[in-house]
Amino acid sequence: MNVGIVIVSHSPKVAEGTADMVRQMVGDEVPLAWCGGNPEGGLGTSVGDIMEAIGRAWSEAGVAILVDLGGAETNSEMAVEMIGEPRAKKIVVCNAPIVEGAVMAATEASGGATLREVVATAHELSPA
Amino acid sequence: MTDTLASLDIRQLVLACAATISAHADELTSLDQAIGDGDHGYNMKRGFDALLAEADALAAKPLPDALKAAGTKLVMTVGGASGPLFGTFLMALGKEMPASPGRPEFAAAFAKAVDAVAARGKSEAGQKTMLDVLYPVRDALAAGKPEAEIAAVADAAAEATVPMKALRGRASFLGERSIGHMDPGSRSSALLVRTVAETLGATA
Repeated sequence: MNVGIVIVSHSPKVAEGTADMVRQMVGDEVPLAWCGGNPEGGLGTSVGDIMEAIGRAWSEAGVAILVDLGGAETNSEMAVEMIGEPRAKKIVVCNAPIVEGAVMAATEASGGATLREVVATAHELSPA
Repeated sequence: MTDTLASLDIRQLVLACAATISAHADELTSLDQAIGDGDHGYNMKRGFDALLAEADALAAKPLPDALKAAGTKLVMTVGGASGPLFGTFLMALGKEMPASPGRPEFAAAFAKAVDAVAARGKSEAGQKTMLDVLYPVRDALAAGKPEAEIAAVADAAAEATVPMKALRGRASFLGERSIGHMDPGSRSSALLVRTVAETLGATA
């Protein structure tokens, strides 16, 4: 089973549009889910929505999360912690630009790469 | 502060904190518009309104459980980074606190909760964040200062973030331009510290 990809943006439009690009370029071989917007539907992120998106994209091979700005990262890390073990250790929040990261990570995942390889591919886009 | 916090009124604390955040929501949002993304006041109000709606259920729980439940509620409702940050603080406080804490147990639990916030935000003192209020408050608590003094320490610490350059969070994108503005998370932290201190002081 291929690694799943989750896209978390402050804007549901950005998240959905990024997912559209991934689907068009990578196809349906990668479990993919997105979420965006705060619990009231405004700009922001929702821990509950992120937890659900992880569930939709779940793969025993693991899940890589791509985020846009600070709060999306903090809320994604919180979501992973609340999901807890045994799943939490198979979920990584990537440090990468959201659109390029999602497409590159999904491309890598579609070839059957491990979670570690998928995450490394995304991280190459953000030189330290 | 009383020697034991066993008799503290959880419902009253929730009501007081929610009222404070509601009264200052516009101010917090204005501060955040200057150096952040302009949603801190609204986000905090959404979270504390959610706590207000559950005030009776929270008050029915033992103190550690009430803190953990309140923290989880903030995590799930705030919608910005302040949700996990304030939520982690309350969850850690609940985890570290005995059911009937005395002053030293409270101070010790507070210190661990501040460490949990630092870990969650991957931040440290001097980066123009809520930690710049929480660390001085932790020290004042550990030193056994009275409520009024702790509230004053928190206010002064928030004020002291004005000349700082932001190194974490959205404000860090502004670099030097973040200087001259109070950190919104420090302001909300100080407001809550004052509210809790005054509520506990009034019932002591």
